[in-house]
Amino acid sequence: MLWMKERPGDDLVVRGARVLDPAQGIDAVLDVRIDAGVIAAVGETVDANGHRVVDATGLVLAPAFVDPHVHLRTPGREDEETIASGTAAAAVGGYCAILAMPNTDPIVDSAATLGSLADAARREAEVQVGFLAAITRNQEGDELTEMGELADAGAVAFSDDGVPVKSAGMMRRALQYASTTGRPLALHCEEKTLSRGGHVHEGRVAAELGFAGYPSVAESVMVERDLSLAAYEEQPIHLLHLSAAESVAALRRARDGGVRASGEVTPHHLCLTDEAVRSLDSNVKMNPPLRAERDRLALLEALRDGTIEAIATDHAPHARHEKEVPFEAAPFGVTGLETAFAVLYTRLVEPGLLPLETLLERLSAGPARVYGLDTPTIAAGATANLVLLDLARTHVVGESGFRSRSPNSWLLGETLTGTVAITVAGGAVVHEG
Amino acid sequence: MSQSSIRLVNDDLRPPGPPPRRHCISIADMTRDDVERLLGTARTFESTMDRQVKKLPTLKGHLVVNLFYESSTRTSSSFELAAKRLSADTMNIKSSGSSVDKGESLKDTALTLGAYDPDVIVIRHPEIGAPQLVARVTEAHIVNAGDGKNQHPTQALLDLYTIQQQLGRLDGLHVAIVGDVLHSRVARSLVQAFALVGIRCTLVGPPALLPREMPVESTTEIAAIRDADVVYILRMQQERMQAGANYVPSLREYTARWGVTPERLRPGQKVMHPGPMNRGVEIDPRVADSVDALIETQVRSGLVVRMAVLYDVLTGGPVGVQALTAAEVA
Repeated sequence: MLWMKERPGDDLVVRGARVLDPAQGIDAVLDVRIDAGVIAAVGETVDANGHRVVDATGLVLAPAFVDPHVHLRTPGREDEETIASGTAAAAVGGYCAILAMPNTDPIVDSAATLGSLADAARREAEVQVGFLAAITRNQEGDELTEMGELADAGAVAFSDDGVPVKSAGMMRRALQYASTTGRPLALHCEEKTLSRGGHVHEGRVAAELGFAGYPSVAESVMVERDLSLAAYEEQPIHLLHLSAAESVAALRRARDGGVRASGEVTPHHLCLTDEAVRSLDSNVKMNPPLRAERDRLALLEALRDGTIEAIATDHAPHARHEKEVPFEAAPFGVTGLETAFAVLYTRLVEPGLLPLETLLERLSAGPARVYGLDTPTIAAGATANLVLLDLARTHVVGESGFRSRSPNSWLLGETLTGTVAITVAGGAVVHEG
Repeated sequence: MSQSSIRLVNDDLRPPGPPPRRHCISIADMTRDDVERLLGTARTFESTMDRQVKKLPTLKGHLVVNLFYESSTRTSSSFELAAKRLSADTMNIKSSGSSVDKGESLKDTALTLGAYDPDVIVIRHPEIGAPQLVARVTEAHIVNAGDGKNQHPTQALLDLYTIQQQLGRLDGLHVAIVGDVLHSRVARSLVQAFALVGIRCTLVGPPALLPREMPVESTTEIAAIRDADVVYILRMQQERMQAGANYVPSLREYTARWGVTPERLRPGQKVMHPGPMNRGVEIDPRVADSVDALIETQVRSGLVVRMAVLYDVLTGGPVGVQALTAAEVA
């Protein structure tokens, strides 16, 4: 279930935009009219009906984005992010819906905690927000959470994101029990006895700089385990923030074999490699770590061919002072909500590495499908969840501040092409830039 | 809408750019010319070491802060003496007994020390990148005395100096580095330094202690050390071996298979070790005490090389005649 602040739907006409809805196969210059938050007309020339008209000539109108992987830090670290600030950041990034991970303090492992988040979301969320609940109590891997009650309370899915489910036996039980809720498991794949407190991909950069290595096999061995269990139990799983070529190959094999498995990839894993770590900038430290060029290329290929269906920011805000320390002492994680589209457009679409249609699909319909959410769509009768994109306009990241409470972006100071002009979420205009 | 939007008031959150001042943070930042200039300066300082009055006025009025977050005998004493021989004022800060004990962050400690306008901060820290952080938040020239497992550039420089003094050249030599390369900042600086000056380098050790994808020859065969002109033995870093890590089954087995003994060496092969040694673990006491061991020479070289480094970061050039005038100091 998704929640957002109660607000009246807006009236709006977007005139002359290139309407791009890859899930429906629409690519045409059209007008779109929204009446009280609902798409009322899509056509070559629609009557303005007295609404405010936005001249969108030369701009792209697409279904708004869905981020399946965000850390809102609430409860516990409201200094780093709140539901209000995180969803405001999402609005700036063109998102109409985001899903928050349960590794907060306390962990979202009870209906009571989930209920208080839902209340807060109804009060302050700028865009629709859904919550995942933990697979195991306190994410400790020992006891299952009360998944039935959590699902009834609105949990979108279950995840121990941040840590793996250590034991294969526990993972099997989780798959079995989650099936009764109809909600998928979203898995952070990391074999801790192989990652062993590593900070950087085990490769040439870690070798030369002396970082403890976090090898790609630490991820792929767990991906293989979880795919085997999902196949055996015939249950769906979603693989979070994939980083390694071997993981991608395993996911592709499993999908070809009929396993209901999906995967997601982050903008940073699509754009950077471990070479970025030579800067010792703590804003390129994340878990899983940036990997080798061959891994990056495998991720990009999987995104293109649909093996990976979703782009997830893994938006992980951290207090400035906690990142302003030597690399090894810094926490894992970077922000991403406000920059995801622009950086992927600039680094992948403009150079011709990824079609714009594919990018838009993987930012919206793909993640919605993974979690069984309503797909944002541009059709009469649908709630307006739209993003208007100016692909010619550039901006400098961080120059006008962030809506997120944390500034730990790996793109500070970068000039990006592709600016979100308008975001409409749940029928309301939530961002104009 | 949200309560606050964070505006960046300064650019110190951006990735570190090229340092505007001369530092000695990593061998990776150096050219062959830099290394040769430093070794030349060290030779010049060495020529003053047999004077009766050893103090030079060169850095009179300069402040050198030694900021040590890890225990150290030879490196900290060597830097302190180097600074004193050049007439600099010195201040030694250790993490225990300072505000670090009270949880002060590295940034704040650096800002505090920076308020005294030190000319040089020599820093040793258990975390990679600490020197770069201090370089960003202070105006001082930074000398890295060891950051985590990353770099120990002055050790590599003093080792080059020692090899050149003892073997008469650098280019074309072959050095085998034996032992726990994975956890060794000395090895990382040496590999880069050797590549700069044309020394062939082979890494020798147990498989789990040789980093994957290190851009240099590696072997697990201890017999490979016989081909080298110099055998460089690394300390088996017991304090860095996590419990149950199983890099090797036991120290006993390590010693049996990779310990450097007289039997595994050719007669006349030179042996080096950065210290502190574990006699009877990575190095046989007979090797440590042999005439071919250059271990104390390394320590002596450390003094003049660190004098050269302090001089070089502050003056940015080869040593001048005025630097050697000892007159008024005595």
